[in-house]
Amino acid sequence: MRAVSVEEAVAMIPAGASIMVGGFMGVGTPERLLDELVRQKKSGLTLISNDAATPGKGVGKLFDAALVSRLSATHIGLNPKAQQQMLANQIAVDLIPQGTFVERIRAGGCGLGGVLTPTGVGTLVAEGKQQIEVDGKTFLLETAMRAQFALVHAFLADYLGNLAYALTSRNFNPVMAMAADTVIVTAENIVPVGVIAPDHVVTPAPLVDYLISNG
Amino acid sequence: MDPQIIIARRVAKELKSGDLVNLGIGIPTLVANYVPSDLKVFFQSENGLIGTGPIPEQGMAHPTLTDAGGRPISALPGASTFDSAMSFGLIRGGHVDVTVLGGLQVDAHGQLANWMIPGKMVPGMGGAMDLVSGAKRVIVAMQHAAKGKSKIVAKCNLPLTSSRPVSLVVTDMAVIGFPGGKATLQETAPGVTVAEVLAVTEAELAIPDSVPEMKL
Repeated sequence: MRAVSVEEAVAMIPAGASIMVGGFMGVGTPERLLDELVRQKKSGLTLISNDAATPGKGVGKLFDAALVSRLSATHIGLNPKAQQQMLANQIAVDLIPQGTFVERIRAGGCGLGGVLTPTGVGTLVAEGKQQIEVDGKTFLLETAMRAQFALVHAFLADYLGNLAYALTSRNFNPVMAMAADTVIVTAENIVPVGVIAPDHVVTPAPLVDYLISNG
Repeated sequence: MDPQIIIARRVAKELKSGDLVNLGIGIPTLVANYVPSDLKVFFQSENGLIGTGPIPEQGMAHPTLTDAGGRPISALPGASTFDSAMSFGLIRGGHVDVTVLGGLQVDAHGQLANWMIPGKMVPGMGGAMDLVSGAKRVIVAMQHAAKGKSKIVAKCNLPLTSSRPVSLVVTDMAVIGFPGGKATLQETAPGVTVAEVLAVTEAELAIPDSVPEMKL
């Protein structure tokens, strides 16, 4: 793990990159990284994020600045700008059931080719997907999902990069921290090694590539 | 009584002590207001919390304690938090005893459409498909009709949420179950007759000899 400034970290992300961003309706989202993506005008992004948040908040800022060209998400109904950009075909949107979304990312981070889920069988979601019977039950084969960069927000990070999360701001963050080539983290608090007890570490330090320095 | 309150009060009667319950947005959210205080029900918020409590008092909200809409909530003593893989493992894995969801249409076989209107409303399914596929009991809480048009239809013409049928539908006029896979009128709302329900229901309903009035 290396501590870097937010400017340095975002400079590593090329325009057109694929990024997965933690957070649920803007809660548990690395806001400083998103602000800097907007400032450095990183356009043409492939965004993997649970939702589109709301304008001005979380990943919503990327839609305000029209930086997204492809989106994989579970629900974008609370961001009218993302809706407009989808309906105007400015962004290609893949809507994925939330349980499938997180399992595809988990598979991507855990060396699995995909998962078998009953969710979506017999619906529009099943179109074009392989169906597999196991013990007489039908499942969809949902393939693994990864990104070049994971942008993660934690409550605590220690000097080595061990992470712990707070309440509902945990959501997709620990799963995404497993599923990208490069993992960049912002934390509410950066604390000495040992402050986070081993049992309370959720994301182990070796998963973190860059920690954004505070202050 | 307000139609939404009739629905919420009737659905609340379905919950038992010890149940793990997930409430969708809209009318389902109101159900929590009508659960008797001596009933120990665990409410899950799919963004990663079991043990959701009421909206916090002014000044007591915390930015990392929110519901699935991103709004501040509180957590009750004994609450637990977890990531989204665990949250949907609970849902898909059959650990959630009851989910209560809104609906656009439910058909005569109990199939539900509640996530999109092609060309008009395409917000994404969020957690709805996983909830209907995985929760032990799926209860739909919705108005019986919208703009005079029955939401209990012969066959859904909107995209389905799941091929798995729901367990129960509670509306402002009736409770409808699906014994043997057939829509059956089980109760009527206070002051509503069987004939009145049938007059505004597109789907064919089986009518048992006795159809009691909802107890609220």
